[in-house]
Amino acid sequence: MRERRAAAALWLALGCVALAAWVFPYAWMVVTSFKTLPEIMAAPTAPYARHLDLGAYREVFATMPVARYTAVTAGMALAIAAAQIALALPAGYALAKLRYAGRRRAFGVVLACLLVPTQATFVPVFLMFARVHLVNTMTALVLPFAASALGTFLVRQALLAVPDEIIEAARMDGASEWTIVYRILGPMLRPTLVSLFLVSFVFHYSDYFWPLVMTTDDSVRTLPLGVALLREQGTGVRWNIVMAGNVVLSAPVLALFAIVQRHLLRGVGR
Amino acid sequence: MLGPTLGLLAVFFLLPIGVAAYESLFSWDLLTPPRFVGASNYAALAAHGELLRVALRTVAYSALVVLGTMSLGLGLALLVDRPGRFFALVRTSVFSAYVVSWVAVTLLWMWMLDGNGGVLGRALHGSPLGDPQLALPTLAVVGIWKLTGYAMIVFLAGLQAVPRSLHEAAALDGAGAWGRLRHVTLPLLAPTAAFVATTSLVTSFQAFDVVRIMTQGGPARGTELFVYAIYEQIFLDLSVGRASALTVVFFALLLALAGLQLRAWRARGAVAR
Repeated sequence: MRERRAAAALWLALGCVALAAWVFPYAWMVVTSFKTLPEIMAAPTAPYARHLDLGAYREVFATMPVARYTAVTAGMALAIAAAQIALALPAGYALAKLRYAGRRRAFGVVLACLLVPTQATFVPVFLMFARVHLVNTMTALVLPFAASALGTFLVRQALLAVPDEIIEAARMDGASEWTIVYRILGPMLRPTLVSLFLVSFVFHYSDYFWPLVMTTDDSVRTLPLGVALLREQGTGVRWNIVMAGNVVLSAPVLALFAIVQRHLLRGVGR
Repeated sequence: MLGPTLGLLAVFFLLPIGVAAYESLFSWDLLTPPRFVGASNYAALAAHGELLRVALRTVAYSALVVLGTMSLGLGLALLVDRPGRFFALVRTSVFSAYVVSWVAVTLLWMWMLDGNGGVLGRALHGSPLGDPQLALPTLAVVGIWKLTGYAMIVFLAGLQAVPRSLHEAAALDGAGAWGRLRHVTLPLLAPTAAFVATTSLVTSFQAFDVVRIMTQGGPARGTELFVYAIYEQIFLDLSVGRASALTVVFFALLLALAGLQLRAWRARGAVAR
């Protein structure tokens, strides 16, 4: 009994260490964002802000068009996530439920694309977009991700578990293939599609790499790029402003995560 | 129904490899007309051992990140695989770092590591990011902090798939907690571990944000990883040919890793039929 207690105390202690290691940095970010610059210079490691100073946030909104960047970022992430669902559903259906020559090969193409990251394609894709003058446009940010190999793959796996009888019954009732895909199978796959949508949205909302390499000016700049620029521009590093930008960038994502955690975890731990 | 998907995937994932291979044979600065130079881009990259150094550096970074995320992820999974709100909170906190933008994570760590005012930087008497020896391991620490949550969640799913009856049988045979962990849980987690290892290996092999934001490849090129080297060639040196040649080499390396990855996925039963 005593050993049990000791073990439970040990687990609790280890849990506290892990919690501290992952929560402290966020807390530090928030505390710093409420400090003034002289306050940071005088006592950089003071554990709390003297009073809740919103100057750093005012500065963030003054130097960066936060509303426009947020709209661009959210619009881009929404467009990508929606397109992925709309395209993955019929493609997964064709791979799981239709019989035709070349199906195995088509599945092979999807699997192959699963293994090609955008880090291996950005140079040629940038050159392709440059040739047709689409650098610095929403198209360059959204189109390369509109079809998702992973999404197609996951929809196919989920559809394999759906009995063929349901589809045959719908065909007997005169439903078109598109009706079957979007109105019958879509709702049945709701949990899978919700996870897919959320994982994709959060990933692209936070993405730094692709918007960085596909833009050379401010016209479709996204929030992560804007926040990273807060540190690069200006003289000296005003960490309270950078941390305020960080809060603006990560707070909505963390809030969304808290609400839909279940779906995200299913999407990742599948 | 497959048309749009296959078309887009071909244009944005398969065709580019061909374009890169083609462009790698030219010398082009995006302004003046391209000039055919054969394999000399590859030769120039291989000369002075720069390419090899970049590759080895990327492997070193990846090895640190994989080892760190796997051991911490497994440890944390074993820790939080118990009931109660407290352990659920630990689970959520660790995983949240995986969800937040790399930008937020890297800026946060830069501030903590700052030599003048950072909580860690002051304790270490100066930022380790300025030290050519310490910069790469420091980036790996940040990568581990960001990615451990992913490993933990996948290990947790693996743990929960271990049948209770096996534990009960082992307990009846007199196995203690440690014996059950060693002889029941860990062997059954082997396919999960292979999956996590290959996935994190491929992810960290593509690391870019952490370099671009925290060190720009410095100091003394000590943190110039593969994708950042490609980025430098095309956007800073305006050398399309060299960037394309590097892309081709990078793709070949990824292909080798993908072989490993597919085997691990099969073992875990993800790619059925």
